[in-house]
Amino acid sequence: MRIRVNGEDRDVVAATLEAALTELGYGSLRVATAVDGDFVPAARRAALALAEGSAVEILAPMQGG
Amino acid sequence: MLFYDTELRSRLMLGTAQYPSPDVLAEAVRASGTELVTVSLRREGSSAQGGVTAGQSFWSLIRGLGVRVLPNTAGCHSVREAVTTAQMAREVFGTDWIKLEVIGESDTLTPDVFGLVEAARILTEDGFRVFPYTTEDLVVAERLLRAGCEVLMPWGAPIGSGRGLNNPWALRALRAHFPEVPLVVDAGIGLPSQAAAAMEMGYDAILLNSAVAQAGDPVAMARAFRLAIEAGQAARLADPMEPREMASPSTPVLGRAFV
Repeated sequence: MRIRVNGEDRDVVAATLEAALTELGYGSLRVATAVDGDFVPAARRAALALAEGSAVEILAPMQGG
Repeated sequence: MLFYDTELRSRLMLGTAQYPSPDVLAEAVRASGTELVTVSLRREGSSAQGGVTAGQSFWSLIRGLGVRVLPNTAGCHSVREAVTTAQMAREVFGTDWIKLEVIGESDTLTPDVFGLVEAARILTEDGFRVFPYTTEDLVVAERLLRAGCEVLMPWGAPIGSGRGLNNPWALRALRAHFPEVPLVVDAGIGLPSQAAAAMEMGYDAILLNSAVAQAGDPVAMARAFRLAIEAGQAARLADPMEPREMASPSTPVLGRAFV
């Protein structure tokens, strides 16, 4: 299935957000996630089913003012 | 000084962006004496190729400094974006404090105060402790307090401009109108003297980033801001004299010799 991850098209086998994070190499990182503009808490990632074209945002700590 | 029931002794809040290196950032934070640094969220690269990603490396650095963090919603132009970003920041940083920015105009980074009030209400109802980046407008300030904010952060001047306090009259009026509300000048400060001036007006703290990070020597500038903010605060507590139009001799005239 093709989804968009941080603005780039990615093909994944995973069906859930949690599995996609692991497949894409984010498994152990301190990140927050949103799908199609809505925040998805870590505890809900395993139950969140991705669909073709889902827009996934994966954000991490960064410098800020 | 209490911000949402949390005591902060330092009146300087420092941004973490634009430093020449992580080491200089860490040293500047230490030299500033700050207990609160602002941070943000950005898209993270994958660790699939191995190595430490930028975000994880930054987080380790910040944790090592032993200061509180105030995540921001920088770059958000809508209520929805700001609310989603705040929710993501709460999970990643483990704090319900949020510096709420809803930008209305890109050239001046002027806050969209209508969106700001709406986002502040949504986030407060969701348990956030909101630090709103706002203008010096008195009525907007009133609405933000009604929306549940217990701190206000009016700009001194546009973000990154280093212009200082563009509207001292309105900043004074805001201070006088809300004597009990913690007020922080956030953005636009370029020099320690400008920070001292805001403290002399009675502001409770200063939030700045570029003035330190973009100085030729950020560590020395961080120290200069610490001293200036302490001086401004001490001057406020010392009850400054009132200015007057005419001269008044400071040396006693009584007993002056006639020669």
